[in-house]
Amino acid sequence: MSLLEIQGVSKRFGGLQALNRVSLHVSEGEILGLIGPNGAGKTTLFNVINGVYRPEEGRVIFRGQDITGRPPYEIARLGIARAHQIVRPLNELTVLENVMVGACFGRENRSLREAREIALAVLEQVGLAGKRDVEAARLNVAEKKRLELARALAARPYLILLDEVLAGLNPTEVATMLEVIRAIRASGITVLMIEHLMHAVMNVSDRIVVLDYGEVIAEGIPQEIAHHPRVIEAYLGDPRLSQSLLEAQGG
Amino acid sequence: MSMWRSISWWFTLIVLLGAGLWPIASGSATGREDMFLILMLVTLASSLNILLGYTGYVNFGHIVFFGLGGYIGFYLMHRQGWSLGPAMIAGGLATAALALVLGTIILRLRGAYFALATIGINEAVRAFVANFEPFGGATGMSLNFAVYQAYGGAAQALWIAYGVLLAVTLLTVGISFAVKHSKFGLGLMAIREDEDAALVLGVRGPRAKTLAYALSALFPGMVGVLFFFKNGNIEPGDAFRLHLSIETLVMVMLGGQGTVWGPILGAALYERLRGYLLTSPLFKSLHLAFAGMLLLLIILFVPAGVIGWLRARFPAIRRVIP
Repeated sequence: MSLLEIQGVSKRFGGLQALNRVSLHVSEGEILGLIGPNGAGKTTLFNVINGVYRPEEGRVIFRGQDITGRPPYEIARLGIARAHQIVRPLNELTVLENVMVGACFGRENRSLREAREIALAVLEQVGLAGKRDVEAARLNVAEKKRLELARALAARPYLILLDEVLAGLNPTEVATMLEVIRAIRASGITVLMIEHLMHAVMNVSDRIVVLDYGEVIAEGIPQEIAHHPRVIEAYLGDPRLSQSLLEAQGG
Repeated sequence: MSMWRSISWWFTLIVLLGAGLWPIASGSATGREDMFLILMLVTLASSLNILLGYTGYVNFGHIVFFGLGGYIGFYLMHRQGWSLGPAMIAGGLATAALALVLGTIILRLRGAYFALATIGINEAVRAFVANFEPFGGATGMSLNFAVYQAYGGAAQALWIAYGVLLAVTLLTVGISFAVKHSKFGLGLMAIREDEDAALVLGVRGPRAKTLAYALSALFPGMVGVLFFFKNGNIEPGDAFRLHLSIETLVMVMLGGQGTVWGPILGAALYERLRGYLLTSPLFKSLHLAFAGMLLLLIILFVPAGVIGWLRARFPAIRRVIP
Protein backbone atom coordinates (compact mmCIF):
# COMPACT_ATOMS: atom_id res chain seq x y z
CA MET A 1 0.00 0.00 0.00
CA SER A 2 1.12 3.53 -0.78
CA LEU A 3 2.28 5.55 2.20
CA LEU A 4 3.13 8.64 0.19
CA GLU A 5 1.69 9.55 -3.18
CA ILE A 6 3.03 12.47 -5.19
CA GLN A 7 0.69 13.40 -8.01
CA GLY A 8 1.79 15.71 -10.82
CA VAL A 9 3.70 18.16 -8.62
CA SER A 10 5.21 21.26 -10.26
CA LYS A 11 7.31 23.95 -8.63
CA ARG A 12 8.76 26.98 -10.35
CA PHE A 13 11.35 29.50 -9.12
CA GLY A 14 11.10 32.51 -11.43
CA GLY A 15 12.10 31.16 -14.82
CA LEU A 16 13.41 27.86 -13.46
CA GLN A 17 11.11 24.88 -13.59
CA ALA A 18 12.46 23.01 -10.58
CA LEU A 19 9.82 20.28 -10.66
CA ASN A 20 7.68 19.44 -13.68
CA ARG A 21 4.63 17.25 -13.05
CA VAL A 22 6.51 14.83 -10.87
CA SER A 23 4.57 11.76 -9.83
CA LEU A 24 5.85 8.94 -7.68
CA HIS A 25 4.78 6.80 -4.79
CA VAL A 26 6.49 5.36 -1.74
CA SER A 27 5.18 2.05 -0.44
CA GLU A 28 4.96 1.29 3.23
CA GLY A 29 8.11 -0.38 4.55
CA GLU A 30 10.40 0.21 1.58
CA ILE A 31 13.62 2.11 1.08
CA LEU A 32 13.16 4.30 -1.97
CA GLY A 33 16.27 5.96 -3.40
CA LEU A 34 15.90 9.28 -5.17
CA ILE A 35 18.83 10.06 -7.45
CA GLY A 36 19.66 12.51 -10.20
CA PRO A 37 22.36 14.96 -11.25
CA ASN A 38 22.91 18.20 -9.34
CA GLY A 39 20.01 20.60 -9.75
CA ALA A 40 17.58 17.85 -10.74
CA GLY A 41 15.07 19.01 -8.12
CA LYS A 42 15.53 16.32 -5.48
CA THR A 43 15.80 18.62 -2.47
CA THR A 44 13.01 20.81 -3.87
CA LEU A 45 10.81 17.72 -3.92
CA PHE A 46 11.62 17.10 -0.24
CA ASN A 47 10.75 20.72 0.50
CA VAL A 48 7.38 20.26 -1.20
CA ILE A 49 6.71 17.01 0.68
CA ASN A 50 7.34 18.46 4.12
CA GLY A 51 5.64 21.77 3.51
CA VAL A 52 8.56 24.18 3.20
CA TYR A 53 7.40 24.99 -0.35
CA ARG A 54 3.88 25.01 -1.70
CA PRO A 55 3.74 23.52 -5.23
CA GLU A 56 2.00 25.42 -8.02
CA GLU A 57 0.40 22.23 -9.28
CA GLY A 58 -0.28 18.74 -8.07
CA ARG A 59 -0.98 17.10 -4.75
CA VAL A 60 0.90 15.30 -2.02
CA ILE A 61 -1.09 12.53 -0.36
CA PHE A 62 0.24 11.02 2.87
CA ARG A 63 -1.58 8.07 4.44
CA GLY A 64 -4.65 8.89 2.41
CA GLN A 65 -4.69 12.54 3.49
CA ASP A 66 -4.03 15.53 1.22
CA ILE A 67 -1.16 17.43 2.87
CA THR A 68 -0.34 19.80 -0.01
CA GLY A 69 0.58 23.27 1.25
CA ARG A 70 0.22 22.47 4.95
CA PRO A 71 2.82 24.12 7.21
CA PRO A 72 5.94 22.03 8.02
CA TYR A 73 5.06 21.65 11.71
CA GLU A 74 1.70 20.06 10.89
CA ILE A 75 3.31 17.67 8.44
CA ALA A 76 5.94 16.75 11.04
CA ARG A 77 3.17 15.90 13.49
CA LEU A 78 1.43 13.71 10.91
CA GLY A 79 4.56 11.55 10.82
CA ILE A 80 7.08 12.79 8.25
CA ALA A 81 10.53 13.56 9.64
CA ARG A 82 13.53 14.88 7.75
CA ALA A 83 17.30 14.91 8.01
CA HIS A 84 18.70 17.89 6.12
CA GLN A 85 21.48 17.79 3.56
CA ILE A 86 23.14 20.81 5.13
CA VAL A 87 23.07 19.92 8.81
CA ARG A 88 21.03 22.27 10.97
CA PRO A 89 21.97 21.56 14.58
CA LEU A 90 20.40 23.73 17.28
CA ASN A 91 23.87 24.95 18.17
CA GLU A 92 23.58 26.17 21.74
CA LEU A 93 21.43 23.28 22.87
CA THR A 94 23.03 20.02 23.96
CA VAL A 95 22.93 16.92 21.79
CA LEU A 96 20.31 15.43 24.10
CA GLU A 97 18.14 18.57 23.94
CA ASN A 98 18.38 18.59 20.15
CA VAL A 99 17.03 15.07 19.97
CA MET A 100 14.38 15.81 22.61
CA VAL A 101 13.00 18.55 20.32
CA GLY A 102 12.37 15.85 17.74
CA ALA A 103 10.58 13.61 20.23
CA CYS A 104 8.61 16.43 21.87
CA PHE A 105 7.18 17.93 18.72
CA GLY A 106 7.13 14.96 16.37
CA ARG A 107 4.34 12.53 15.60
CA GLU A 108 3.92 11.24 19.13
CA ASN A 109 3.97 14.70 20.75
CA ARG A 110 5.65 13.44 23.89
CA SER A 111 6.07 15.15 27.25
CA LEU A 112 9.50 16.40 28.22
CA ARG A 113 10.21 13.40 30.47
CA GLU A 114 9.16 10.78 27.90
CA ALA A 115 11.08 12.68 25.22
CA ARG A 116 14.21 12.36 27.32
CA GLU A 117 13.88 8.56 27.49
CA ILE A 118 13.26 8.32 23.74
CA ALA A 119 16.15 10.65 22.98
CA LEU A 120 18.55 8.59 25.10
CA ALA A 121 17.51 5.41 23.28
CA VAL A 122 17.89 7.01 19.85
CA LEU A 123 21.31 8.45 20.74
CA GLU A 124 22.36 4.95 21.68
CA GLN A 125 21.10 3.66 18.31
CA VAL A 126 23.05 6.21 16.24
CA GLY A 127 26.15 6.00 18.46
CA LEU A 128 26.07 9.48 20.00
CA ALA A 129 25.24 8.48 23.57
CA GLY A 130 28.66 9.53 24.80
CA LYS A 131 28.13 13.08 23.55
CA ARG A 132 24.70 13.72 25.02
CA ASP A 133 25.69 16.69 27.18
CA VAL A 134 27.92 18.34 24.57
CA GLU A 135 26.70 21.48 22.82
CA ALA A 136 25.64 20.54 19.29
CA ALA A 137 27.94 23.20 17.83
CA ARG A 138 30.96 21.27 19.10
CA LEU A 139 30.27 18.08 17.14
CA ASN A 140 32.26 17.22 14.01
CA VAL A 141 30.56 16.85 10.64
CA ALA A 142 29.98 13.09 10.85
CA GLU A 143 28.51 13.49 14.34
CA LYS A 144 26.29 16.35 13.19
CA LYS A 145 24.97 14.11 10.42
CA ARG A 146 24.14 11.46 12.97
CA LEU A 147 22.48 14.11 15.14
CA GLU A 148 20.26 15.14 12.21
CA LEU A 149 19.26 11.53 11.83
CA ALA A 150 18.71 11.03 15.56
CA ARG A 151 16.44 14.08 15.75
CA ALA A 152 14.35 12.80 12.86
CA LEU A 153 14.14 9.31 14.36
CA ALA A 154 13.15 10.57 17.79
CA ALA A 155 9.95 11.89 16.23
CA ARG A 156 9.00 8.22 15.61
CA PRO A 157 7.79 9.07 12.09
CA TYR A 158 6.01 6.82 9.60
CA LEU A 159 8.21 8.21 6.83
CA ILE A 160 11.72 9.59 7.09
CA LEU A 161 13.25 11.82 4.40
CA LEU A 162 17.03 11.47 4.31
CA ASP A 163 18.79 14.14 2.27
CA GLU A 164 22.35 13.00 1.46
CA VAL A 165 23.11 11.68 4.91
CA LEU A 166 26.15 9.86 3.49
CA ALA A 167 27.79 12.89 1.88
CA GLY A 168 31.11 13.83 3.41
CA LEU A 169 31.50 10.59 5.36
CA ASN A 170 34.52 8.30 5.02
CA PRO A 171 34.03 4.68 3.85
CA THR A 172 33.83 3.25 7.38
CA GLU A 173 31.31 5.88 8.40
CA VAL A 174 29.29 5.18 5.24
CA ALA A 175 29.15 1.48 6.09
CA THR A 176 27.98 2.26 9.63
CA MET A 177 25.37 4.69 8.35
CA LEU A 178 24.01 2.12 5.87
CA GLU A 179 23.57 -0.32 8.77
CA VAL A 180 21.69 2.39 10.67
CA ILE A 181 19.43 3.02 7.64
CA ARG A 182 18.65 -0.69 7.34
CA ALA A 183 17.90 -0.81 11.05
CA ILE A 184 15.52 2.14 10.65
CA ARG A 185 13.59 0.27 8.01
CA ALA A 186 13.61 -2.87 10.14
CA SER A 187 12.01 -0.87 12.94
CA GLY A 188 9.04 -0.19 10.65
CA ILE A 189 9.88 3.25 9.31
CA THR A 190 9.63 3.85 5.57
CA VAL A 191 12.67 5.58 4.08
CA LEU A 192 12.86 8.02 1.16
CA MET A 193 16.49 8.96 0.59
CA ILE A 194 18.35 11.31 -1.72
CA GLU A 195 21.86 10.07 -2.34
CA HIS A 196 24.74 10.81 -4.65
CA LEU A 197 26.91 7.93 -3.54
CA MET A 198 25.86 5.50 -6.27
CA HIS A 199 27.17 2.21 -4.92
CA ALA A 200 25.61 2.92 -1.53
CA VAL A 201 22.19 3.87 -2.82
CA MET A 202 22.15 0.90 -5.25
CA ASN A 203 23.08 -1.33 -2.37
CA VAL A 204 20.53 -0.21 0.18
CA SER A 205 17.43 0.76 -1.89
CA ASP A 206 14.55 -1.51 -2.81
CA ARG A 207 13.55 0.79 -5.61
CA ILE A 208 15.06 3.86 -7.26
CA VAL A 209 13.50 6.92 -8.89
CA VAL A 210 15.65 9.13 -11.11
CA LEU A 211 14.98 12.85 -11.51
CA ASP A 212 16.55 15.03 -14.19
CA TYR A 213 15.65 18.67 -14.89
CA GLY A 214 12.67 18.36 -12.58
CA GLU A 215 11.18 15.30 -14.31
CA VAL A 216 11.05 11.63 -13.44
CA ILE A 217 13.10 9.92 -16.16
CA ALA A 218 13.28 6.40 -14.78
CA GLU A 219 11.99 4.21 -12.01
CA GLY A 220 12.75 0.63 -11.08
CA ILE A 221 14.88 -1.77 -9.08
CA PRO A 222 18.58 -0.86 -8.78
CA GLN A 223 19.80 -3.28 -11.48
CA GLU A 224 17.38 -1.83 -14.04
CA ILE A 225 18.35 1.72 -13.18
CA ALA A 226 22.08 1.02 -13.48
CA HIS A 227 21.61 -0.01 -17.10
CA HIS A 228 18.87 2.39 -18.07
CA PRO A 229 20.02 4.40 -21.12
CA ARG A 230 18.33 7.65 -20.02
CA VAL A 231 19.96 7.46 -16.62
CA ILE A 232 23.40 6.92 -18.14
CA GLU A 233 22.69 9.80 -20.47
CA ALA A 234 21.63 12.08 -17.65
CA TYR A 235 24.81 11.34 -15.74
CA LEU A 236 27.32 10.94 -18.57
CA GLY A 237 25.78 12.60 -21.60
CA ASP A 238 24.82 10.71 -24.76
CA PRO A 239 25.01 6.91 -24.07
CA ARG A 240 25.76 5.96 -27.69
CA LEU A 241 28.47 8.56 -27.84
CA SER A 242 30.02 7.36 -24.58
CA GLN A 243 29.64 3.78 -25.73
CA SER A 244 31.38 4.47 -29.04
CA LEU A 245 34.12 6.44 -27.31
CA LEU A 246 34.73 3.51 -24.97
CA GLU A 247 34.84 1.10 -27.93
CA ALA A 248 37.14 3.38 -29.90
CA GLN A 249 39.55 3.57 -26.98
CA GLY A 250 39.33 -0.17 -26.35
CA GLY A 251 40.00 -0.88 -30.07
CA MET B 1 5.48 20.59 39.50
CA SER B 2 9.01 19.34 39.29
CA MET B 3 10.49 22.82 39.80
CA TRP B 4 9.68 22.60 43.51
CA ARG B 5 12.14 19.70 43.67
CA SER B 6 14.89 21.68 41.96
CA ILE B 7 17.75 23.02 44.07
CA SER B 8 18.35 25.90 41.70
CA TRP B 9 14.75 27.10 41.99
CA TRP B 10 14.89 27.06 45.79
CA PHE B 11 18.18 28.92 45.64
CA THR B 12 16.64 31.56 43.37
CA LEU B 13 13.54 31.87 45.54
CA ILE B 14 15.48 32.22 48.77
CA VAL B 15 17.88 34.85 47.40
CA LEU B 16 15.06 36.94 45.93
CA LEU B 17 12.85 36.59 48.97
CA GLY B 18 15.73 37.45 51.30
CA ALA B 19 16.68 40.56 49.35
CA GLY B 20 13.05 41.55 48.91
CA LEU B 21 12.05 41.14 52.54
CA TRP B 22 15.07 42.96 53.90
CA PRO B 23 13.59 46.52 53.58
CA ILE B 24 10.35 45.29 55.17
CA ALA B 25 12.21 43.71 58.07
CA SER B 26 14.39 46.77 58.64
CA GLY B 27 11.54 49.21 57.96
CA SER B 28 13.91 51.41 55.98
CA ALA B 29 12.11 53.64 53.47
CA THR B 30 15.29 54.33 51.48
CA GLY B 31 16.04 50.63 51.34
CA ARG B 32 12.53 50.07 50.08
CA GLU B 33 12.90 52.71 47.34
CA ASP B 34 16.19 51.16 46.18
CA MET B 35 14.74 47.67 46.19
CA PHE B 36 11.57 48.85 44.45
CA LEU B 37 13.65 50.02 41.52
CA ILE B 38 15.77 46.86 41.46
CA LEU B 39 12.77 44.51 41.65
CA MET B 40 11.02 46.51 38.95
CA LEU B 41 14.04 46.20 36.67
CA VAL B 42 14.40 42.49 37.49
CA THR B 43 10.79 42.00 36.42
CA LEU B 44 11.23 44.02 33.22
CA ALA B 45 14.47 42.23 32.33
CA SER B 46 13.19 38.73 33.20
CA SER B 47 10.05 39.21 31.15
CA LEU B 48 12.02 40.62 28.21
CA ASN B 49 14.30 37.58 28.47
CA ILE B 50 11.39 35.25 27.62
CA LEU B 51 11.27 36.78 24.13
CA LEU B 52 14.89 37.92 23.75
CA GLY B 53 16.79 35.18 25.52
CA TYR B 54 14.62 32.11 25.06
CA THR B 55 13.01 32.84 21.68
CA GLY B 56 15.77 34.95 20.12
CA TYR B 57 13.61 37.89 19.06
CA VAL B 58 15.09 41.31 19.86
CA ASN B 59 12.43 43.63 21.22
CA PHE B 60 13.27 47.33 21.43
CA GLY B 61 9.75 48.20 22.50
CA HIS B 62 9.38 46.19 25.69
CA ILE B 63 8.62 49.36 27.65
CA VAL B 64 5.43 49.97 25.66
CA PHE B 65 3.77 47.31 27.82
CA PHE B 66 5.01 48.96 31.01
CA GLY B 67 3.62 52.33 29.87
CA LEU B 68 0.35 51.10 28.46
CA GLY B 69 -0.33 48.75 31.39
CA GLY B 70 0.44 51.66 33.71
CA TYR B 71 -2.01 53.88 31.83
CA ILE B 72 -4.81 51.34 31.84
CA GLY B 73 -4.41 50.56 35.54
CA PHE B 74 -4.09 54.22 36.39
CA TYR B 75 -7.22 55.04 34.43
CA LEU B 76 -9.15 52.31 36.22
CA MET B 77 -8.02 53.52 39.65
CA HIS B 78 -8.32 57.23 38.91
CA ARG B 79 -11.48 57.43 36.84
CA GLN B 80 -13.31 54.19 37.69
CA GLY B 81 -12.40 53.88 41.36
CA TRP B 82 -10.85 50.39 41.09
CA SER B 83 -8.45 49.28 43.80
CA LEU B 84 -4.79 48.48 43.13
CA GLY B 85 -4.98 44.66 42.84
CA PRO B 86 -7.71 44.38 40.21
CA ALA B 87 -6.30 47.39 38.32
CA MET B 88 -2.87 45.76 38.21
CA ILE B 89 -4.26 42.48 36.91
CA ALA B 90 -6.36 44.33 34.32
CA GLY B 91 -3.30 46.29 33.18
CA GLY B 92 -1.26 43.10 32.75
CA LEU B 93 -4.01 41.19 30.97
CA ALA B 94 -4.65 44.12 28.63
CA THR B 95 -1.01 44.34 27.56
CA ALA B 96 -0.78 40.56 27.16
CA ALA B 97 -3.89 40.66 24.97
CA LEU B 98 -2.39 43.48 22.91
CA ALA B 99 0.79 41.43 22.43
CA LEU B 100 -1.30 38.45 21.36
CA VAL B 101 -2.89 40.53 18.60
CA LEU B 102 0.31 42.36 17.62
CA GLY B 103 2.32 39.16 17.76
CA THR B 104 0.22 37.35 15.17
CA ILE B 105 1.05 40.23 12.82
CA ILE B 106 4.62 41.35 13.52
CA LEU B 107 6.13 38.01 14.53
CA ARG B 108 6.04 37.08 10.85
CA LEU B 109 8.99 39.45 10.60
CA ARG B 110 12.40 38.16 11.55
CA GLY B 111 15.64 39.67 12.76
CA ALA B 112 16.14 43.38 12.31
CA TYR B 113 12.69 43.84 10.77
CA PHE B 114 10.98 42.63 13.91
CA ALA B 115 13.22 44.82 16.07
CA LEU B 116 12.31 47.87 13.96
CA ALA B 117 8.61 47.07 14.18
CA THR B 118 8.81 47.02 17.99
CA ILE B 119 10.25 50.55 18.03
CA GLY B 120 7.42 51.62 15.75
CA ILE B 121 4.86 50.17 18.14
CA ASN B 122 6.28 52.06 21.09
CA GLU B 123 6.17 55.35 19.22
CA ALA B 124 2.70 54.67 17.81
CA VAL B 125 1.23 53.87 21.22
CA ARG B 126 2.91 56.92 22.76
CA ALA B 127 1.40 59.14 20.03
CA PHE B 128 -1.99 57.53 20.50
CA VAL B 129 -2.00 57.94 24.28
CA ALA B 130 -0.78 61.55 24.05
CA ASN B 131 -3.87 62.36 22.00
CA PHE B 132 -6.36 60.17 23.84
CA GLU B 133 -8.56 62.39 26.02
CA PRO B 134 -9.79 59.75 28.51
CA PHE B 135 -6.11 59.16 29.42
CA GLY B 136 -5.58 62.91 29.92
CA GLY B 137 -3.86 63.51 26.59
CA ALA B 138 -0.42 65.07 26.62
CA THR B 139 -0.62 66.14 30.28
CA GLY B 140 -1.56 62.71 31.58
CA MET B 141 -3.36 62.02 34.86
CA SER B 142 -2.67 62.54 38.55
CA LEU B 143 -4.09 60.47 41.38
CA ASN B 144 -6.13 62.31 43.94
CA PHE B 145 -4.18 62.08 47.19
CA ALA B 146 -7.36 60.85 48.90
CA VAL B 147 -7.11 57.61 46.91
CA TYR B 148 -4.28 56.49 49.22
CA GLN B 149 -6.63 56.73 52.23
CA ALA B 150 -8.15 53.41 51.22
CA TYR B 151 -4.73 51.82 51.86
CA GLY B 152 -4.21 53.41 55.27
CA GLY B 153 -2.51 56.60 54.08
CA ALA B 154 0.20 57.40 51.55
CA ALA B 155 3.06 55.94 53.60
CA GLN B 156 1.23 52.65 54.04
CA ALA B 157 0.27 52.58 50.34
CA LEU B 158 3.95 52.70 49.37
CA TRP B 159 4.67 49.64 51.51
CA ILE B 160 1.70 47.83 50.01
CA ALA B 161 2.86 48.64 46.46
CA TYR B 162 6.29 47.33 47.40
CA GLY B 163 4.89 44.07 48.81
CA VAL B 164 2.79 43.49 45.71
CA LEU B 165 5.80 44.21 43.48
CA LEU B 166 7.84 41.62 45.38
CA ALA B 167 5.10 39.06 44.74
CA VAL B 168 4.95 40.00 41.04
CA THR B 169 8.75 39.71 40.77
CA LEU B 170 8.72 36.24 42.33
CA LEU B 171 5.92 35.25 39.96
CA THR B 172 7.82 36.58 36.93
CA VAL B 173 11.05 34.80 37.83
CA GLY B 174 9.07 31.65 38.68
CA ILE B 175 7.38 31.71 35.27
CA SER B 176 10.74 32.40 33.63
CA PHE B 177 12.19 29.36 35.39
CA ALA B 178 9.18 27.16 34.55
CA VAL B 179 9.24 28.19 30.88
CA LYS B 180 12.96 27.54 30.60
CA HIS B 181 12.49 24.01 31.92
CA SER B 182 9.33 23.16 29.99
CA LYS B 183 8.48 21.64 26.65
CA PHE B 184 7.16 25.06 25.58
CA GLY B 185 10.54 26.54 26.46
CA LEU B 186 12.39 23.84 24.52
CA GLY B 187 10.31 24.78 21.49
CA LEU B 188 11.18 28.47 21.98
CA MET B 189 14.90 27.70 22.22
CA ALA B 190 14.66 25.57 19.07
CA ILE B 191 13.14 28.61 17.33
CA ARG B 192 15.98 30.77 18.66
CA GLU B 193 18.65 28.44 17.29
CA ASP B 194 17.15 27.83 13.85
CA GLU B 195 13.54 28.74 13.24
CA ASP B 196 13.16 26.86 9.95
CA ALA B 197 14.68 23.69 11.37
CA ALA B 198 12.37 24.00 14.38
CA LEU B 199 9.32 24.16 12.11
CA VAL B 200 10.44 21.03 10.27
CA LEU B 201 10.88 19.30 13.63
CA GLY B 202 7.24 20.05 14.41
CA VAL B 203 7.46 23.16 16.60
CA ARG B 204 4.34 25.27 16.01
CA GLY B 205 6.38 28.40 15.42
CA PRO B 206 3.73 31.09 14.97
CA ARG B 207 1.77 30.02 18.02
CA ALA B 208 4.79 29.50 20.28
CA LYS B 209 6.28 32.89 19.39
CA THR B 210 3.00 34.71 19.93
CA LEU B 211 2.50 33.06 23.32
CA ALA B 212 6.06 33.97 24.33
CA TYR B 213 5.44 37.57 23.30
CA ALA B 214 2.16 37.72 25.24
CA LEU B 215 3.78 36.18 28.32
CA SER B 216 6.64 38.67 28.16
CA ALA B 217 4.06 41.50 27.91
CA LEU B 218 1.99 40.41 30.91
CA PHE B 219 4.46 41.31 33.66
CA PRO B 220 5.59 44.79 32.52
CA GLY B 221 1.91 45.67 32.24
CA MET B 222 1.40 44.74 35.92
CA VAL B 223 4.58 46.46 37.07
CA GLY B 224 3.63 49.64 35.20
CA VAL B 225 0.45 49.90 37.27
CA LEU B 226 2.42 49.52 40.52
CA PHE B 227 5.06 52.05 39.46
CA PHE B 228 2.59 54.77 38.47
CA PHE B 229 0.39 54.10 41.49
CA LYS B 230 3.42 54.77 43.65
CA ASN B 231 4.38 57.74 41.47
CA GLY B 232 0.94 59.35 41.75
CA ASN B 233 0.90 60.68 38.22
CA ILE B 234 1.43 59.42 34.70
CA GLU B 235 2.24 61.17 31.44
CA PRO B 236 3.25 59.93 27.98
CA GLY B 237 6.89 61.03 28.26
CA ASP B 238 7.31 59.02 31.48
CA ALA B 239 5.39 55.96 30.41
CA PHE B 240 6.99 55.26 27.04
CA ARG B 241 10.69 56.00 27.56
CA LEU B 242 12.38 54.27 24.65
CA HIS B 243 15.73 54.48 26.43
CA LEU B 244 14.39 52.35 29.27
CA SER B 245 13.69 49.62 26.67
CA ILE B 246 17.29 49.80 25.58
CA GLU B 247 18.57 49.82 29.14
CA THR B 248 16.48 46.70 29.80
CA LEU B 249 18.19 45.07 26.83
CA VAL B 250 21.55 46.02 28.32
CA MET B 251 20.58 44.39 31.62
CA VAL B 252 19.58 41.12 29.95
CA MET B 253 22.74 41.07 27.85
CA LEU B 254 24.94 42.05 30.77
CA GLY B 255 23.66 39.28 33.04
CA GLY B 256 23.37 36.67 30.30
CA GLN B 257 20.46 36.20 27.93
CA GLY B 258 18.61 32.92 27.90
CA THR B 259 19.35 32.12 31.54
CA VAL B 260 17.04 32.64 34.53
CA TRP B 261 19.68 34.39 36.60
CA GLY B 262 21.08 36.59 33.82
CA PRO B 263 18.31 39.20 33.89
CA ILE B 264 18.24 39.20 37.72
CA LEU B 265 21.95 39.78 38.07
CA GLY B 266 22.06 42.13 35.08
CA ALA B 267 19.23 44.28 36.45
CA ALA B 268 20.82 44.53 39.89
CA LEU B 269 24.29 45.32 38.53
CA TYR B 270 23.01 47.84 36.03
CA GLU B 271 20.85 49.62 38.60
CA ARG B 272 23.83 50.01 40.95
CA LEU B 273 26.01 51.21 38.10
CA ARG B 274 23.41 53.68 36.89
CA GLY B 275 22.93 54.93 40.43
CA TYR B 276 26.63 55.63 40.63
CA LEU B 277 26.80 57.29 37.21
CA LEU B 278 23.78 59.50 37.85
CA THR B 279 25.20 60.83 41.11
CA SER B 280 28.77 61.22 39.91
CA PRO B 281 29.35 64.77 38.64
CA LEU B 282 31.60 63.50 35.86
CA PHE B 283 29.19 61.06 34.20
CA LYS B 284 25.84 62.58 35.18
CA SER B 285 24.57 63.37 31.70
CA LEU B 286 26.49 60.55 30.05
CA HIS B 287 24.85 57.50 31.57
CA LEU B 288 23.00 56.57 28.37
CA ALA B 289 26.17 56.87 26.33
CA PHE B 290 27.74 54.61 28.92
CA ALA B 291 24.89 52.10 28.56
CA GLY B 292 25.43 52.05 24.80
CA MET B 293 29.17 51.48 25.20
CA LEU B 294 28.49 48.72 27.69
CA LEU B 295 26.10 46.98 25.28
CA LEU B 296 28.68 47.19 22.53
CA LEU B 297 31.41 45.74 24.72
CA ILE B 298 29.21 42.89 25.93
CA ILE B 299 28.16 41.92 22.41
CA LEU B 300 31.77 42.03 21.22
CA PHE B 301 33.53 40.34 24.10
CA VAL B 302 31.12 38.54 26.43
CA PRO B 303 28.05 37.72 24.32
CA ALA B 304 26.90 35.17 26.90
CA GLY B 305 26.90 37.77 29.70
CA VAL B 306 28.15 37.38 33.26
CA ILE B 307 26.23 34.15 33.91
CA GLY B 308 27.28 32.62 30.61
CA TRP B 309 30.88 33.55 31.29
CA LEU B 310 30.78 32.04 34.78
CA ARG B 311 29.12 28.86 33.55
CA ALA B 312 31.72 28.37 30.86
CA ARG B 313 34.48 28.70 33.49
CA PHE B 314 32.82 26.75 36.29
CA PRO B 315 30.37 24.19 34.86
CA ALA B 316 29.42 23.05 38.37
CA ILE B 317 27.44 26.24 39.04
CA ARG B 318 24.89 25.17 36.43
CA ARG B 319 23.24 23.05 39.06
CA VAL B 320 22.70 25.97 41.40
CA ILE B 321 22.24 28.92 39.05
CA PRO B 322 19.65 28.23 36.37
